[in-house]
Amino acid sequence: MGILDSKVPSGPLADKWTKHKNEIDLVNPANKRNIDIIMVGTGLAGASAAATLAELGYNVKTFCYQDSPRRAHSIAAQGGINAAKNYQGDGDSPYRLFYDTIKGGDYRSREANVYRLAEESVNIIDQCVAQGVPFAREYGGLLDNRSFGGVLVSRTFYAKGQTGQQLLLGAYAAMNRQINRGKITSYTRHEMLDVVVVDGKARGIIARDLISGEIERHSAHAVVIASGGYGNVFYLSTNAMGSNVTAAWRVHKRGAFFANPCFTQIHPTCIPVSGDHQSKLTLMSESLRNDGRIWVPAKAEDAQAIREGKLKPTKIPEADRDYFLERRYPAFGNLVPRDVASRAAKERCDAGFGVNKTGEAVYLDFAAAIQRYGSEKALTSGIKNPDQATITKLGEEVVAAKYGNLFQMYEKIVDENPYKTPMMIYPAVHYTMGGLWVDYNLQTTIPGCFSTGEANFSDHGANRLGASALMQGLADGYFVLPYTIGNYLSDDIRTGPISTESEAFDTAEAQVRANLEKLLNAKGKHPVDYYHKKLGKIMWNKCGMSRNATELKEAIEEISALRADFYQNVRIPGGLDEMNTELEKAGRVADFLELGELFAKDALERNESCGGHFREEYQTPEGEALRDDKNFRYVSAWEYNGAPKDAKLHKEDLVFENVELKTRSYK
Amino acid sequence: MKLLLKIWRQKDGSSKGKLVDYPIDGIEGDMSFLEMLDVLNQELIEKGDEPVVFDHDCREGICGSCSLMINGEPHGPDRLVTTCQLHMRRFNDGDTIVIEPFRATAFPVLKDLMVDRTAFDRIQQAGGYISVNTSGNTVDANAIPIDKHHADESFEAASCIGCGACVAACKNASAMLFTAAKVSQFALLPQGKVEAIDRVQNMVRQMDLEGFGNCTNTGACEVECPKGISLENIARMNREYLMATAKG
Repeated sequence: MGILDSKVPSGPLADKWTKHKNEIDLVNPANKRNIDIIMVGTGLAGASAAATLAELGYNVKTFCYQDSPRRAHSIAAQGGINAAKNYQGDGDSPYRLFYDTIKGGDYRSREANVYRLAEESVNIIDQCVAQGVPFAREYGGLLDNRSFGGVLVSRTFYAKGQTGQQLLLGAYAAMNRQINRGKITSYTRHEMLDVVVVDGKARGIIARDLISGEIERHSAHAVVIASGGYGNVFYLSTNAMGSNVTAAWRVHKRGAFFANPCFTQIHPTCIPVSGDHQSKLTLMSESLRNDGRIWVPAKAEDAQAIREGKLKPTKIPEADRDYFLERRYPAFGNLVPRDVASRAAKERCDAGFGVNKTGEAVYLDFAAAIQRYGSEKALTSGIKNPDQATITKLGEEVVAAKYGNLFQMYEKIVDENPYKTPMMIYPAVHYTMGGLWVDYNLQTTIPGCFSTGEANFSDHGANRLGASALMQGLADGYFVLPYTIGNYLSDDIRTGPISTESEAFDTAEAQVRANLEKLLNAKGKHPVDYYHKKLGKIMWNKCGMSRNATELKEAIEEISALRADFYQNVRIPGGLDEMNTELEKAGRVADFLELGELFAKDALERNESCGGHFREEYQTPEGEALRDDKNFRYVSAWEYNGAPKDAKLHKEDLVFENVELKTRSYK
Repeated sequence: MKLLLKIWRQKDGSSKGKLVDYPIDGIEGDMSFLEMLDVLNQELIEKGDEPVVFDHDCREGICGSCSLMINGEPHGPDRLVTTCQLHMRRFNDGDTIVIEPFRATAFPVLKDLMVDRTAFDRIQQAGGYISVNTSGNTVDANAIPIDKHHADESFEAASCIGCGACVAACKNASAMLFTAAKVSQFALLPQGKVEAIDRVQNMVRQMDLEGFGNCTNTGACEVECPKGISLENIARMNREYLMATAKG
């Protein structure tokens, strides 16, 4: 077991980043023209970094599996982006954002990284506005804010329920400007299948052109992995169908440590599963918890009548409703952090109070908000003594203006009008806090291989607060990596172009080819999805919202057996040298089948509950997570060593110099 | 539900394609249209056939990957939804459904129902941005107040997902609505005014180079747009273009 060096600069917390930027080596503009950087992934973290690096003068090659960088899954982020602007004058500051994020992450993230994130958050908003991102505004023309879970201030900037879309299109536009200048070459419908390490440094990748099937070599002086999270290991998640761990996993297999794989975020407000045919789950933004109240019937017989279709929720009187978040957590109410809200919903459903056919749903109700907004609107519109119908109509208009697209999305999927009947929601896999281990410079344990955004592990600890993913993606991409990568590349100014004609490239390409042929040659009987669904069931049932040692051990065995069966019995039609969507999926599922086992192993090793990792053996009498700071105040970083069961654990001790470790309470 | 699917199959860009019949059974109303195609593909693979290839990713109507002409309409019979948000409850037992790719000279077919829409990216690359560096050294975000009405209109234009339904719906395969949405987003903001002349000229030039047709104001694009992008944007782009030409 080794001890990892996070390379956090010395000095007071608030000065570390400025000091570091002043001390790191720079590359002069003329030399930047001779340096190539590969960016894998073009979501917020990838597109923003690609644009900034190209502006600085580096030659950037971007790779994405989608047909356009604009389609990366950051596009689907709904609610907003945090920034410690304190425009509302409610006492916000970078320190408060830092503190909220550390606490929200249940004290399992690195202080210096989180402080840097909070510090840079204010720049992001300025930058995006300058780029023409149309954030929501107030009538006075200034930017509007709303609240998200786990905080007591309004610091979230938004563009209706499409904030991720607007931010990604901003970063995509910045990329387009550099593509137009010839500084970025964009490879779309390409998938990275291996990283090439030459003399101990990441010097390129092997990628497959998904249209022709051709396997290609690309060289560079550094490689950045910005390929997002691995939530699809659960099969059903709010991720896009193509979201995968492949780039990160292949890098892991070449020597990059994988940190905290078991830290996964289960988001409380998603549309419940409707049947076996289901291919993905849809999120209903956390912003809805600003106005929606979460409840289940207080009486078990009412819940049963609802499940049987004999009772409508609107017929249940106030006194017979259990607003369980408001009851259990009066200080934060419906705006508790995601992990807390998810577990509370599961607890009620497990106790028999679930409200849909499967018993796995709770209500998110806007009736009170509609009345409140309607009355206010009537008043400001000068309507005296409005009747009930007028208030409701006005209130629905206000709610539609705030959340219209989400309500429409819900109605299309569930076929019920959420203005009239409360929404049904249930937790679903949404985000992965774990990922490639990186130091303060965002460099993995392979020199020259960096990682940004959700693909790395660095900023959210054991639970991410809402509206912080967009913040991290853009902070990493626009403001952190472009500095820190220069420090590494300053040694490369005399290296010259990297050749793709080397033994390392030959070997990597041959291995990629052999892996793909192995999959094609199985010639079994089951489609890839058959295995992916099976894996998802194991993960959800045994590594999901609550975990215990017995089931985690079972999961390890079951995933290992499923992996063996997969290589024997998968059926992939078509060949290697052509477009083959099943082959693409098979490669991704093969990696999920390895990651899933490491995930369970990591969850088994961590004998405590923290954030999204809830071990049934470790809880308080009230059923809250029970952390063990004495024994588990560290980052688990796994070194690849053949099979997942042989992965070797390294630890990075988490040092808290500025924040006192407390039991997280939202009561 | 029992259905007859007539699906366009085409091996690659250089091969000829044709409609092939696929009867399918056991489809439920709660399934999305793409989940129905998933069911078909699982059956095809189990039989040893090649699955039908189509673009899709987020499956929540925002990434713009999914396309498909369904019974002659881009994204199918419902308004304001993408194909991935269309549910099978919209169809009846015994229906025949014709499924084709988006058709346009500028959108060549890659395989089956998948087309190449990179022409859209090239239009954006020609000028769909504000030329500020991303280093963060800019003015405070609240230094320039923007009228809420304009900010909201700019947002509405910016909510285009780049799916190409406008092009597929148009008898001339025109990309005016797509291009106009981006031009409008920036034209409505003070930050975008600085480069307005170059932007509209460069984007329109690229649009023509890609082989998209002319706009004859039939309004089919607006009707079929899953995000409800308004024709007003085309009018705005025409004004911008005219002014740019006048100013030279």
